[in-house]
Amino acid sequence: MTAIATKYETVIGLEVHCQLITRSKMFCSCSADYSGAEPNTHVCPVCLGMPGVLPVINERAIEYITMTGLALNCEISEFSKFDRKNYPYPDLMKGYQISQYDLPVCHDGWLEIEVDDERRRIGIERVHMEEDTARLLHRTDAVTGEGYSLIDVNRSGTPLMEIVSRPDMRTPAEAREYLVRLRQILRYIGVSDANMEEGNFRCDANISLRPVGAERLGTKVEIKNMNSFRAVHDAIAFEEIRQARMLDAGERIVQETRGWVDERGETVSQRTKEEANDYRYFPEPDLPPLKLSRAFAEAVRAKLPELPAAKKERFLALRLSEHEATALTEDRERAAYFEGVSAALGLEPQRSAKLAANWVLGEVARWLNAGQKEIVDFPLGPEQLAGLARLVEDGKVTPNVGKDVFEKMVTNGMDAAAIVEAEGLAQISGEDDLVEAVRRAIAANQKAVDDYRAGKDASIKFLVGQVMRETRGRANAQVVQGLLERELQEND
Amino acid sequence: MALTSAEVLHIARLARIALRDADVERFTAQLSGILDHFAALAAVDTEGVEPTAHPLPLSNVMRDDLVAPSLSQAEALANAPQAEDGYIRVRAVLE
Repeated sequence: MTAIATKYETVIGLEVHCQLITRSKMFCSCSADYSGAEPNTHVCPVCLGMPGVLPVINERAIEYITMTGLALNCEISEFSKFDRKNYPYPDLMKGYQISQYDLPVCHDGWLEIEVDDERRRIGIERVHMEEDTARLLHRTDAVTGEGYSLIDVNRSGTPLMEIVSRPDMRTPAEAREYLVRLRQILRYIGVSDANMEEGNFRCDANISLRPVGAERLGTKVEIKNMNSFRAVHDAIAFEEIRQARMLDAGERIVQETRGWVDERGETVSQRTKEEANDYRYFPEPDLPPLKLSRAFAEAVRAKLPELPAAKKERFLALRLSEHEATALTEDRERAAYFEGVSAALGLEPQRSAKLAANWVLGEVARWLNAGQKEIVDFPLGPEQLAGLARLVEDGKVTPNVGKDVFEKMVTNGMDAAAIVEAEGLAQISGEDDLVEAVRRAIAANQKAVDDYRAGKDASIKFLVGQVMRETRGRANAQVVQGLLERELQEND
Repeated sequence: MALTSAEVLHIARLARIALRDADVERFTAQLSGILDHFAALAAVDTEGVEPTAHPLPLSNVMRDDLVAPSLSQAEALANAPQAEDGYIRVRAVLE
Protein backbone atom coordinates (compact mmCIF):
# COMPACT_ATOMS: atom_id res chain seq x y z
CA MET A 1 0.00 0.00 0.00
CA THR A 2 2.55 2.57 1.07
CA ALA A 3 4.98 1.66 -1.69
CA ILE A 4 2.20 1.99 -4.25
CA ALA A 5 0.91 5.22 -2.76
CA THR A 6 4.28 6.96 -2.94
CA LYS A 7 5.47 5.70 -6.29
CA TYR A 8 2.34 5.15 -8.40
CA GLU A 9 -1.08 6.68 -8.56
CA THR A 10 -3.97 4.23 -9.04
CA VAL A 11 -6.66 5.30 -11.48
CA ILE A 12 -10.04 3.54 -11.21
CA GLY A 13 -13.19 3.85 -13.29
CA LEU A 14 -16.31 1.75 -12.71
CA GLU A 15 -19.02 0.50 -15.05
CA VAL A 16 -22.21 -0.53 -13.31
CA HIS A 17 -25.01 -2.49 -14.97
CA CYS A 18 -28.25 -2.23 -13.13
CA GLN A 19 -31.65 -3.80 -13.82
CA LEU A 20 -34.64 -1.48 -13.63
CA ILE A 21 -37.75 -2.65 -11.78
CA THR A 22 -40.29 -2.16 -14.54
CA ARG A 23 -43.20 -4.56 -14.85
CA SER A 24 -42.53 -5.50 -18.48
CA LYS A 25 -39.35 -5.90 -20.53
CA MET A 26 -37.55 -3.08 -22.35
CA PHE A 27 -38.90 -3.68 -25.86
CA CYS A 28 -41.75 -6.18 -25.42
CA SER A 29 -44.61 -6.88 -23.02
CA CYS A 30 -43.23 -10.04 -21.37
CA SER A 31 -43.08 -9.82 -17.58
CA ALA A 32 -39.67 -8.58 -16.42
CA ASP A 33 -40.10 -10.32 -13.07
CA TYR A 34 -38.68 -13.73 -13.94
CA SER A 35 -37.32 -14.72 -10.52
CA GLY A 36 -38.38 -18.25 -9.69
CA ALA A 37 -40.02 -18.72 -13.11
CA GLU A 38 -39.57 -21.87 -15.18
CA PRO A 39 -36.95 -21.32 -17.93
CA ASN A 40 -38.20 -19.85 -21.20
CA THR A 41 -41.68 -18.95 -19.96
CA HIS A 42 -41.25 -15.14 -20.02
CA VAL A 43 -40.51 -14.97 -23.72
CA CYS A 44 -42.21 -13.85 -26.94
CA PRO A 45 -41.22 -13.48 -30.59
CA VAL A 46 -39.61 -10.08 -29.86
CA CYS A 47 -37.24 -11.18 -27.08
CA LEU A 48 -36.63 -14.51 -28.80
CA GLY A 49 -35.28 -12.54 -31.77
CA MET A 50 -37.70 -13.90 -34.36
CA PRO A 51 -37.47 -12.34 -37.82
CA GLY A 52 -39.87 -9.53 -38.65
CA VAL A 53 -40.77 -8.47 -35.10
CA LEU A 54 -40.78 -4.85 -33.96
CA PRO A 55 -39.41 -3.69 -30.59
CA VAL A 56 -41.22 -0.80 -28.83
CA ILE A 57 -39.61 1.26 -26.04
CA ASN A 58 -40.95 0.89 -22.49
CA GLU A 59 -41.87 4.41 -21.39
CA ARG A 60 -41.36 3.73 -17.69
CA ALA A 61 -37.76 2.61 -18.33
CA ILE A 62 -37.08 5.98 -19.99
CA GLU A 63 -38.62 7.74 -17.01
CA TYR A 64 -36.45 5.66 -14.64
CA ILE A 65 -33.19 6.31 -16.48
CA THR A 66 -34.04 10.02 -16.57
CA MET A 67 -34.64 9.95 -12.80
CA THR A 68 -31.27 8.24 -12.39
CA GLY A 69 -29.50 10.79 -14.57
CA LEU A 70 -31.01 13.70 -12.67
CA ALA A 71 -30.16 12.13 -9.31
CA LEU A 72 -26.57 11.80 -10.56
CA ASN A 73 -26.47 15.46 -11.65
CA CYS A 74 -26.35 14.53 -15.35
CA GLU A 75 -27.47 16.41 -18.43
CA ILE A 76 -30.47 14.77 -20.08
CA SER A 77 -29.92 14.49 -23.83
CA GLU A 78 -32.58 16.32 -25.80
CA PHE A 79 -31.82 13.95 -28.67
CA SER A 80 -30.92 10.34 -28.00
CA LYS A 81 -31.00 7.13 -30.00
CA PHE A 82 -30.55 3.38 -29.75
CA ASP A 83 -27.88 1.39 -31.57
CA ARG A 84 -27.20 -2.23 -32.36
CA LYS A 85 -24.12 -3.72 -30.72
CA ASN A 86 -23.21 -6.82 -32.69
CA TYR A 87 -21.45 -9.80 -31.24
CA PRO A 88 -21.78 -13.52 -31.76
CA TYR A 89 -22.57 -15.12 -28.42
CA PRO A 90 -25.64 -17.23 -27.68
CA ASP A 91 -26.79 -15.04 -24.78
CA LEU A 92 -28.08 -12.69 -27.48
CA MET A 93 -30.95 -14.18 -29.42
CA LYS A 94 -30.81 -11.59 -32.20
CA GLY A 95 -27.02 -11.65 -32.65
CA TYR A 96 -26.93 -8.08 -31.38
CA GLN A 97 -27.87 -6.18 -28.27
CA ILE A 98 -29.95 -3.01 -28.46
CA SER A 99 -27.84 -0.45 -26.61
CA GLN A 100 -26.80 3.18 -26.97
CA TYR A 101 -23.51 4.15 -28.55
CA ASP A 102 -22.84 7.84 -29.06
CA LEU A 103 -26.04 9.50 -27.81
CA PRO A 104 -26.91 8.11 -24.36
CA VAL A 105 -29.98 9.38 -22.47
CA CYS A 106 -27.80 10.95 -19.73
CA HIS A 107 -24.26 12.33 -19.69
CA ASP A 108 -21.79 14.43 -17.71
CA GLY A 109 -22.87 14.13 -14.09
CA TRP A 110 -21.25 13.48 -10.74
CA LEU A 111 -21.70 11.62 -7.48
CA GLU A 112 -20.25 12.81 -4.19
CA ILE A 113 -18.42 10.33 -1.97
CA GLU A 114 -16.79 10.74 1.41
CA VAL A 115 -13.78 8.67 2.49
CA ASP A 116 -11.69 9.45 5.58
CA ASP A 117 -13.61 12.71 6.13
CA GLU A 118 -12.69 13.91 2.66
CA ARG A 119 -15.52 14.68 0.24
CA ARG A 120 -14.88 14.16 -3.48
CA ARG A 121 -16.98 14.37 -6.61
CA ILE A 122 -16.67 11.37 -8.90
CA GLY A 123 -17.57 12.21 -12.48
CA ILE A 124 -20.31 10.27 -14.29
CA GLU A 125 -19.46 10.04 -17.96
CA ARG A 126 -22.78 8.62 -19.12
CA VAL A 127 -25.86 6.60 -18.23
CA HIS A 128 -27.34 4.65 -21.11
CA MET A 129 -30.20 2.26 -21.68
CA GLU A 130 -29.88 -1.25 -23.05
CA GLU A 131 -31.37 -4.72 -22.75
CA ASP A 132 -30.14 -7.57 -20.57
CA THR A 133 -29.00 -10.86 -22.08
CA ALA A 134 -30.19 -14.44 -21.72
CA ARG A 135 -28.79 -16.56 -18.88
CA LEU A 136 -26.39 -19.37 -19.78
CA LEU A 137 -25.66 -22.50 -17.77
CA HIS A 138 -22.59 -24.53 -18.59
CA ARG A 139 -22.84 -28.31 -18.36
CA THR A 140 -20.87 -31.41 -19.27
CA ASP A 141 -22.43 -34.28 -21.20
CA ALA A 142 -22.41 -37.37 -18.95
CA VAL A 143 -21.87 -39.72 -21.91
CA THR A 144 -19.44 -37.93 -24.20
CA GLY A 145 -17.77 -35.76 -21.53
CA GLU A 146 -18.18 -32.79 -23.85
CA GLY A 147 -19.18 -29.39 -22.58
CA TYR A 148 -22.40 -27.70 -23.68
CA SER A 149 -24.51 -24.72 -22.70
CA LEU A 150 -28.16 -24.25 -21.75
CA ILE A 151 -30.03 -21.02 -22.46
CA ASP A 152 -32.86 -19.42 -20.48
CA VAL A 153 -34.21 -16.42 -22.39
CA ASN A 154 -36.37 -15.07 -19.51
CA ARG A 155 -33.82 -12.41 -18.56
CA SER A 156 -33.18 -11.41 -22.16
CA GLY A 157 -34.69 -8.05 -23.02
CA THR A 158 -35.24 -6.85 -19.45
CA PRO A 159 -34.26 -3.18 -19.06
CA LEU A 160 -30.63 -2.70 -18.14
CA MET A 161 -29.04 0.63 -17.37
CA GLU A 162 -25.29 1.14 -17.64
CA ILE A 163 -23.69 3.82 -15.48
CA VAL A 164 -20.12 4.69 -16.49
CA SER A 165 -17.95 6.72 -14.14
CA ARG A 166 -14.98 8.82 -15.13
CA PRO A 167 -11.59 7.44 -14.03
CA ASP A 168 -11.74 9.64 -10.93
CA MET A 169 -11.26 7.13 -8.10
CA ARG A 170 -7.82 6.59 -6.58
CA THR A 171 -8.22 3.86 -3.95
CA PRO A 172 -10.16 0.61 -3.45
CA ALA A 173 -12.00 2.31 -0.56
CA GLU A 174 -13.17 5.11 -2.86
CA ALA A 175 -14.43 2.56 -5.39
CA ARG A 176 -16.42 0.76 -2.69
CA GLU A 177 -17.82 4.03 -1.35
CA TYR A 178 -18.88 5.05 -4.88
CA LEU A 179 -20.82 1.79 -5.23
CA VAL A 180 -22.41 2.15 -1.78
CA ARG A 181 -23.60 5.70 -2.57
CA LEU A 182 -24.74 4.75 -6.07
CA ARG A 183 -26.77 1.82 -4.75
CA GLN A 184 -28.24 4.06 -2.05
CA ILE A 185 -29.43 6.60 -4.64
CA LEU A 186 -30.89 3.94 -6.96
CA ARG A 187 -32.86 2.49 -4.07
CA TYR A 188 -33.98 5.92 -2.82
CA ILE A 189 -35.44 6.85 -6.18
CA GLY A 190 -36.94 3.37 -6.46
CA VAL A 191 -35.69 2.43 -9.92
CA SER A 192 -33.75 -0.72 -9.00
CA ASP A 193 -33.34 -3.26 -6.21
CA ALA A 194 -29.60 -2.76 -6.81
CA ASN A 195 -28.68 -6.03 -5.14
CA MET A 196 -25.21 -7.21 -6.15
CA GLU A 197 -25.56 -10.71 -4.72
CA GLU A 198 -28.75 -11.25 -6.73
CA GLY A 199 -27.11 -9.99 -9.90
CA ASN A 200 -29.31 -6.98 -10.59
CA PHE A 201 -26.39 -4.63 -9.83
CA ARG A 202 -23.14 -5.68 -11.51
CA CYS A 203 -19.83 -3.91 -11.56
CA ASP A 204 -16.78 -4.04 -13.83
CA ALA A 205 -13.68 -2.06 -12.85
CA ASN A 206 -11.07 -0.43 -15.06
CA ILE A 207 -7.77 0.08 -13.30
CA SER A 208 -4.40 1.45 -14.32
CA LEU A 209 -1.31 2.79 -12.60
CA ARG A 210 0.81 5.79 -13.50
CA PRO A 211 3.87 7.33 -11.86
CA VAL A 212 2.84 9.91 -9.26
CA GLY A 213 2.67 13.30 -10.95
CA ALA A 214 2.28 11.87 -14.46
CA GLU A 215 -0.53 13.20 -16.66
CA ARG A 216 -0.83 10.32 -19.11
CA LEU A 217 -2.90 7.32 -18.04
CA GLY A 218 -1.22 3.93 -17.87
CA THR A 219 -2.49 0.86 -19.72
CA LYS A 220 -5.79 -0.21 -18.19
CA VAL A 221 -6.98 -3.64 -17.19
CA GLU A 222 -10.66 -4.49 -16.92
CA ILE A 223 -11.77 -6.67 -13.99
CA LYS A 224 -14.98 -8.70 -14.09
CA ASN A 225 -16.76 -11.35 -11.98
CA MET A 226 -17.00 -9.38 -8.75
CA ASN A 227 -20.15 -10.31 -6.86
CA SER A 228 -20.00 -8.11 -3.76
CA PHE A 229 -18.72 -4.69 -2.69
CA ARG A 230 -15.99 -6.45 -0.75
CA ALA A 231 -14.95 -8.36 -3.88
CA VAL A 232 -14.68 -5.08 -5.84
CA HIS A 233 -12.51 -3.61 -3.09
CA ASP A 234 -10.31 -6.68 -2.83
CA ALA A 235 -9.95 -7.18 -6.58
CA ILE A 236 -8.80 -3.59 -7.09
CA ALA A 237 -6.41 -3.85 -4.13
CA PHE A 238 -4.95 -7.05 -5.62
CA GLU A 239 -4.66 -5.59 -9.10
CA GLU A 240 -2.98 -2.45 -7.75
CA ILE A 241 -0.18 -4.54 -6.28
CA ARG A 242 0.10 -6.87 -9.27
CA GLN A 243 0.52 -3.96 -11.68
CA ALA A 244 2.97 -2.12 -9.38
CA ARG A 245 5.18 -5.22 -9.19
CA MET A 246 5.13 -5.59 -12.96
CA LEU A 247 6.06 -1.95 -13.46
CA ASP A 248 8.79 -2.23 -10.82
CA ALA A 249 10.20 -5.21 -12.70
CA GLY A 250 10.24 -3.17 -15.91
CA GLU A 251 7.44 -5.22 -17.48
CA ARG A 252 4.74 -3.84 -19.73
CA ILE A 253 1.06 -3.98 -18.60
CA VAL A 254 -1.07 -5.78 -21.18
CA GLN A 255 -4.49 -4.36 -21.92
CA GLU A 256 -6.77 -7.25 -21.07
CA THR A 257 -9.84 -8.48 -19.25
CA ARG A 258 -9.18 -10.30 -15.98
CA GLY A 259 -11.62 -12.24 -13.83
CA TRP A 260 -11.73 -12.04 -10.04
CA VAL A 261 -11.53 -15.48 -8.42
CA ASP A 262 -12.99 -14.90 -4.99
CA GLU A 263 -11.88 -18.17 -3.36
CA ARG A 264 -8.27 -17.55 -4.37
CA GLY A 265 -8.32 -13.79 -3.82
CA GLU A 266 -6.70 -13.01 -7.17
CA THR A 267 -7.42 -11.90 -10.72
CA VAL A 268 -6.67 -14.16 -13.68
CA SER A 269 -6.37 -13.27 -17.36
CA GLN A 270 -9.53 -13.99 -19.36
CA ARG A 271 -8.84 -12.50 -22.78
CA THR A 272 -6.62 -9.86 -24.23
CA LYS A 273 -8.28 -6.96 -26.00
CA GLU A 274 -7.79 -7.37 -29.70
CA GLU A 275 -9.87 -6.93 -32.78
CA ALA A 276 -12.53 -9.31 -31.41
CA ASN A 277 -14.25 -6.27 -29.84
CA ASP A 278 -15.49 -5.10 -33.21
CA TYR A 279 -19.09 -4.45 -32.25
CA ARG A 280 -19.97 -2.70 -35.53
CA TYR A 281 -22.41 -0.34 -33.84
CA PHE A 282 -25.03 1.21 -36.09
CA PRO A 283 -28.32 3.04 -35.40
CA GLU A 284 -31.19 0.69 -34.53
CA PRO A 285 -33.48 1.10 -37.54
CA ASP A 286 -36.52 -0.33 -35.71
CA LEU A 287 -36.53 2.34 -32.99
CA PRO A 288 -37.16 6.00 -33.80
CA PRO A 289 -35.00 8.37 -31.72
CA LEU A 290 -35.94 9.86 -28.35
CA LYS A 291 -36.49 13.56 -28.01
CA LEU A 292 -36.56 14.32 -24.31
CA SER A 293 -37.51 17.94 -23.80
CA ARG A 294 -36.44 20.21 -20.95
CA ALA A 295 -40.07 20.19 -19.84
CA PHE A 296 -40.07 16.39 -19.66
CA ALA A 297 -36.84 16.38 -17.63
CA GLU A 298 -38.22 19.00 -15.24
CA ALA A 299 -41.45 17.05 -14.81
CA VAL A 300 -39.40 13.97 -13.90
CA ARG A 301 -37.22 16.04 -11.55
CA ALA A 302 -40.34 17.22 -9.72
CA LYS A 303 -41.17 13.59 -8.99
CA LEU A 304 -37.75 12.78 -7.46
CA PRO A 305 -37.82 12.15 -3.72
CA GLU A 306 -35.40 13.96 -1.44
CA LEU A 307 -31.98 12.38 -2.08
CA PRO A 308 -29.81 10.94 0.69
CA ALA A 309 -27.21 13.73 0.64
CA ALA A 310 -29.85 16.46 1.00
CA LYS A 311 -31.65 14.49 3.69
CA LYS A 312 -28.44 14.04 5.62
CA GLU A 313 -27.74 17.79 5.49
CA ARG A 314 -31.23 18.47 6.82
CA PHE A 315 -30.73 16.00 9.66
CA LEU A 316 -27.39 17.59 10.52
CA ALA A 317 -29.13 20.97 10.66
CA LEU A 318 -31.38 19.46 13.36
CA ARG A 319 -28.21 19.07 15.41
CA LEU A 320 -28.00 15.30 14.92
CA SER A 321 -24.44 13.97 14.96
CA GLU A 322 -22.61 12.96 11.77
CA HIS A 323 -22.96 9.34 12.82
CA GLU A 324 -26.68 9.65 13.51
CA ALA A 325 -27.42 11.51 10.27
CA THR A 326 -25.47 8.94 8.24
CA ALA A 327 -27.10 5.95 9.91
CA LEU A 328 -30.63 7.36 9.66
CA THR A 329 -30.33 8.16 5.94
CA GLU A 330 -28.80 4.78 5.04
CA ASP A 331 -32.08 3.77 3.44
CA ARG A 332 -35.18 5.75 2.64
CA GLU A 333 -37.52 3.59 4.74
CA ARG A 334 -35.46 4.06 7.89
CA ALA A 335 -35.27 7.82 7.31
CA ALA A 336 -39.04 7.96 6.77
CA TYR A 337 -39.65 5.97 9.94
CA PHE A 338 -37.37 8.26 11.92
CA GLU A 339 -39.16 11.33 10.56
CA GLY A 340 -42.52 9.76 11.40
CA VAL A 341 -41.48 9.19 15.00
CA SER A 342 -40.02 12.68 15.24
CA ALA A 343 -43.20 14.31 13.88
CA ALA A 344 -45.44 12.23 16.17
CA LEU A 345 -43.41 13.30 19.20
CA GLY A 346 -44.48 16.87 18.51
CA LEU A 347 -41.81 18.46 20.70
CA GLU A 348 -39.50 21.28 19.68
CA PRO A 349 -37.95 20.00 16.38
CA GLN A 350 -34.38 19.44 17.58
CA ARG A 351 -35.62 17.77 20.75
CA SER A 352 -37.97 15.51 18.78
CA ALA A 353 -35.20 14.62 16.32
CA LYS A 354 -32.72 13.73 19.05
CA LEU A 355 -35.25 11.64 20.93
CA ALA A 356 -36.46 9.85 17.79
CA ALA A 357 -32.85 9.20 16.72
CA ASN A 358 -32.06 7.67 20.12
CA TRP A 359 -34.94 5.23 19.83
CA VAL A 360 -34.56 4.36 16.14
CA LEU A 361 -30.79 3.84 16.36
CA GLY A 362 -31.07 2.32 19.85
CA GLU A 363 -33.86 -0.09 20.74
CA VAL A 364 -35.27 -0.37 17.22
CA ALA A 365 -31.86 -1.03 15.61
CA ARG A 366 -31.04 -3.59 18.30
CA TRP A 367 -34.32 -5.41 17.70
CA LEU A 368 -33.81 -5.38 13.90
CA ASN A 369 -30.21 -6.60 14.16
CA ALA A 370 -31.15 -9.39 16.56
CA GLY A 371 -33.75 -10.73 14.13
CA GLN A 372 -31.80 -9.76 10.97
CA LYS A 373 -34.77 -7.73 9.85
CA GLU A 374 -35.34 -4.52 7.89
CA ILE A 375 -37.19 -1.46 9.10
CA VAL A 376 -40.17 -2.38 6.90
CA ASP A 377 -40.55 -5.53 9.05
CA PHE A 378 -40.70 -3.52 12.26
CA PRO A 379 -44.11 -4.17 13.86
CA LEU A 380 -44.64 -0.79 15.55
CA GLY A 381 -45.89 2.27 13.70
CA PRO A 382 -44.04 5.58 14.21
CA GLU A 383 -46.90 6.91 16.40
CA GLN A 384 -46.68 3.85 18.64
CA LEU A 385 -42.95 4.26 19.17
CA ALA A 386 -43.39 8.00 19.71
CA GLY A 387 -46.04 7.19 22.35
CA LEU A 388 -43.52 5.13 24.29
CA ALA A 389 -40.75 7.71 23.84
CA ARG A 390 -43.07 10.39 25.21
CA LEU A 391 -43.93 8.30 28.29
CA VAL A 392 -40.22 8.00 29.10
CA GLU A 393 -39.46 11.60 28.17
CA ASP A 394 -42.29 12.91 30.36
CA GLY A 395 -41.22 10.77 33.29
CA LYS A 396 -44.37 8.64 33.24
CA VAL A 397 -42.20 5.52 33.17
CA THR A 398 -38.52 5.07 34.00
CA PRO A 399 -36.01 4.44 31.17
CA ASN A 400 -35.58 0.82 32.28
CA VAL A 401 -39.30 0.18 32.40
CA GLY A 402 -39.45 1.86 28.98
CA LYS A 403 -37.20 -0.86 27.57
CA ASP A 404 -39.41 -3.57 29.09
CA VAL A 405 -42.51 -1.92 27.63
CA PHE A 406 -40.76 -1.80 24.23
CA GLU A 407 -40.21 -5.58 24.37
CA LYS A 408 -43.86 -6.15 25.24
CA MET A 409 -45.05 -3.82 22.46
CA VAL A 410 -43.08 -5.57 19.70
CA THR A 411 -44.47 -8.90 20.94
CA ASN A 412 -48.14 -8.02 21.38
CA GLY A 413 -48.49 -4.87 19.27
CA MET A 414 -50.24 -2.96 22.06
CA ASP A 415 -49.75 0.75 22.68
CA ALA A 416 -47.30 1.77 25.39
CA ALA A 417 -49.90 3.60 27.51
CA ALA A 418 -52.18 0.56 27.52
CA ILE A 419 -49.37 -1.73 28.67
CA VAL A 420 -48.29 0.69 31.40
CA GLU A 421 -51.91 0.99 32.56
CA ALA A 422 -52.67 -2.74 32.45
CA GLU A 423 -49.49 -3.79 34.22
CA GLY A 424 -49.20 -0.87 36.65
CA LEU A 425 -45.80 0.18 35.38
CA ALA A 426 -46.19 3.92 35.81
CA GLN A 427 -43.25 5.68 37.41
CA ILE A 428 -43.68 6.47 41.10
CA SER A 429 -42.43 9.96 41.80
CA GLY A 430 -44.45 10.99 44.85
CA GLU A 431 -42.39 11.18 48.02
CA ASP A 432 -45.30 9.93 50.10
CA ASP A 433 -45.53 6.85 47.90
CA LEU A 434 -41.83 6.09 48.21
CA VAL A 435 -40.84 7.04 51.71
CA GLU A 436 -41.90 3.70 53.26
CA ALA A 437 -39.83 1.75 50.78
CA VAL A 438 -36.88 4.06 51.42
CA ARG A 439 -37.12 3.52 55.17
CA ARG A 440 -37.34 -0.24 54.69
CA ALA A 441 -34.18 -0.17 52.53
CA ILE A 442 -32.33 1.78 55.21
CA ALA A 443 -33.48 -0.55 57.97
CA ALA A 444 -32.54 -3.69 56.04
CA ASN A 445 -29.08 -2.61 54.88
CA GLN A 446 -27.17 -1.41 57.92
CA LYS A 447 -23.76 -1.98 56.31
CA ALA A 448 -24.48 0.27 53.32
CA VAL A 449 -25.85 2.90 55.71
CA ASP A 450 -22.65 2.74 57.80
CA ASP A 451 -20.48 2.96 54.68
CA TYR A 452 -22.39 5.99 53.49
CA ARG A 453 -22.04 7.72 56.81
CA ALA A 454 -18.33 6.88 56.80
CA GLY A 455 -18.06 9.00 53.65
CA LYS A 456 -18.50 6.32 50.98
CA ASP A 457 -20.98 8.20 48.79
CA ALA A 458 -21.29 5.35 46.28
CA SER A 459 -23.13 3.27 48.87
CA ILE A 460 -26.23 5.31 48.32
CA LYS A 461 -26.48 3.86 44.81
CA PHE A 462 -26.79 0.42 46.34
CA LEU A 463 -29.66 1.65 48.49
CA VAL A 464 -31.35 3.26 45.47
CA GLY A 465 -31.04 -0.11 43.75
CA GLN A 466 -32.78 -1.82 46.64
CA VAL A 467 -35.72 0.57 46.39
CA MET A 468 -35.88 0.08 42.62
CA ARG A 469 -36.02 -3.66 43.13
CA GLU A 470 -38.83 -3.39 45.60
CA THR A 471 -40.83 -1.15 43.26
CA ARG A 472 -40.14 -3.32 40.18
CA GLY A 473 -38.08 -0.53 38.61
CA ARG A 474 -40.91 1.97 38.70
CA ALA A 475 -39.48 4.37 41.29
CA ASN A 476 -38.11 7.70 40.14
CA ALA A 477 -34.43 7.24 40.95
CA GLN A 478 -33.80 10.92 41.62
CA VAL A 479 -36.67 11.18 44.07
CA VAL A 480 -35.47 8.01 45.80
CA GLN A 481 -31.95 9.35 46.11
CA GLY A 482 -33.22 12.64 47.52
CA LEU A 483 -35.35 10.81 50.05
CA LEU A 484 -32.47 8.56 51.06
CA GLU A 485 -30.17 11.54 51.61
CA ARG A 486 -32.80 13.26 53.73
CA GLU A 487 -33.68 10.20 55.79
CA LEU A 488 -30.03 9.33 56.43
CA GLN A 489 -29.31 12.90 57.52
CA GLU A 490 -32.32 13.08 59.80
CA ASN A 491 -31.33 9.89 61.55
CA ASP A 492 -27.70 10.87 62.08
CA MET B 1 -12.05 0.33 -52.75
CA ALA B 2 -9.88 -2.74 -52.43
CA LEU B 3 -10.26 -4.98 -49.39
CA THR B 4 -7.36 -7.17 -48.28
CA SER B 5 -7.86 -10.89 -47.88
CA ALA B 6 -7.03 -10.43 -44.16
CA GLU B 7 -10.00 -8.06 -43.82
CA VAL B 8 -12.29 -10.54 -45.55
CA LEU B 9 -11.15 -13.33 -43.22
CA HIS B 10 -11.85 -11.04 -40.27
CA ILE B 11 -15.37 -10.27 -41.51
CA ALA B 12 -15.94 -13.99 -42.09
CA ARG B 13 -14.85 -14.74 -38.55
CA LEU B 14 -17.23 -12.12 -37.13
CA ALA B 15 -20.06 -13.62 -39.22
CA ARG B 16 -19.08 -17.13 -38.13
CA ILE B 17 -18.59 -18.25 -41.72
CA ALA B 18 -15.81 -20.68 -42.66
CA LEU B 19 -14.17 -19.73 -45.96
CA ARG B 20 -11.96 -21.78 -48.29
CA ASP B 21 -9.00 -20.03 -49.92
CA ALA B 22 -10.84 -19.85 -53.23
CA ASP B 23 -13.82 -18.22 -51.49
CA VAL B 24 -11.57 -15.63 -49.93
CA GLU B 25 -10.34 -14.58 -53.33
CA ARG B 26 -13.86 -14.50 -54.77
CA PHE B 27 -15.39 -12.56 -51.87
CA THR B 28 -12.52 -10.11 -51.72
CA ALA B 29 -13.34 -9.06 -55.25
CA GLN B 30 -17.13 -9.06 -54.68
CA LEU B 31 -17.08 -7.19 -51.38
CA SER B 32 -14.65 -4.64 -52.83
CA GLY B 33 -17.15 -4.06 -55.64
CA ILE B 34 -19.96 -3.46 -53.14
CA LEU B 35 -17.84 -1.00 -51.23
CA ASP B 36 -17.15 0.85 -54.49
CA HIS B 37 -20.86 1.60 -54.70
CA PHE B 38 -20.67 3.22 -51.25
CA ALA B 39 -17.63 5.18 -52.37
CA ALA B 40 -20.02 7.01 -54.71
CA LEU B 41 -21.98 8.14 -51.62
CA ALA B 42 -18.78 9.17 -49.90
CA ALA B 43 -18.05 11.51 -52.78
CA VAL B 44 -21.07 13.69 -51.89
CA ASP B 45 -20.18 16.83 -49.96
CA THR B 46 -21.98 16.48 -46.57
CA GLU B 47 -20.27 19.41 -44.88
CA GLY B 48 -22.76 21.01 -42.45
CA VAL B 49 -25.41 18.31 -42.97
CA GLU B 50 -26.83 16.72 -39.77
CA PRO B 51 -26.37 12.91 -39.71
CA THR B 52 -29.67 11.08 -40.17
CA ALA B 53 -30.11 7.96 -38.05
CA HIS B 54 -33.71 7.46 -39.12
CA PRO B 55 -35.42 8.52 -42.32
CA LEU B 56 -38.94 8.74 -40.83
CA PRO B 57 -40.17 11.89 -39.04
CA LEU B 58 -40.97 9.90 -35.89
CA SER B 59 -39.70 10.15 -32.32
CA ASN B 60 -40.69 9.00 -28.81
CA VAL B 61 -42.61 5.95 -29.99
CA MET B 62 -43.20 4.23 -26.67
CA ARG B 63 -45.56 1.81 -24.96
CA ASP B 64 -46.99 1.77 -21.45
CA ASP B 65 -45.27 -0.53 -19.00
CA LEU B 66 -47.90 -3.25 -19.16
CA VAL B 67 -47.45 -7.02 -19.12
CA ALA B 68 -49.02 -9.21 -21.80
CA PRO B 69 -49.02 -13.03 -21.85
CA SER B 70 -45.84 -14.70 -23.07
CA LEU B 71 -45.46 -17.86 -25.14
CA SER B 72 -45.61 -21.24 -23.46
CA GLN B 73 -42.33 -23.04 -22.87
CA ALA B 74 -43.25 -25.60 -25.54
CA GLU B 75 -43.90 -22.83 -28.08
CA ALA B 76 -40.69 -21.04 -27.08
CA LEU B 77 -38.64 -24.20 -27.65
CA ALA B 78 -40.46 -25.34 -30.80
CA ASN B 79 -37.79 -23.97 -33.14
CA ALA B 80 -34.78 -24.90 -31.01
CA PRO B 81 -32.63 -27.58 -32.68
CA GLN B 82 -31.96 -29.03 -29.23
CA ALA B 83 -33.61 -28.54 -25.84
CA GLU B 84 -33.08 -29.94 -22.37
CA ASP B 85 -35.05 -29.41 -19.13
CA GLY B 86 -36.88 -26.44 -20.61
CA TYR B 87 -33.66 -24.79 -21.78
CA ILE B 88 -32.32 -24.31 -25.31
CA ARG B 89 -29.22 -26.46 -25.67
CA VAL B 90 -26.23 -25.26 -27.70
CA ARG B 91 -22.58 -26.19 -28.19
CA ALA B 92 -20.21 -25.17 -25.41
CA VAL B 93 -19.47 -21.48 -25.46
CA LEU B 94 -16.77 -21.37 -22.80
CA GLU B 95 -13.26 -21.69 -24.20
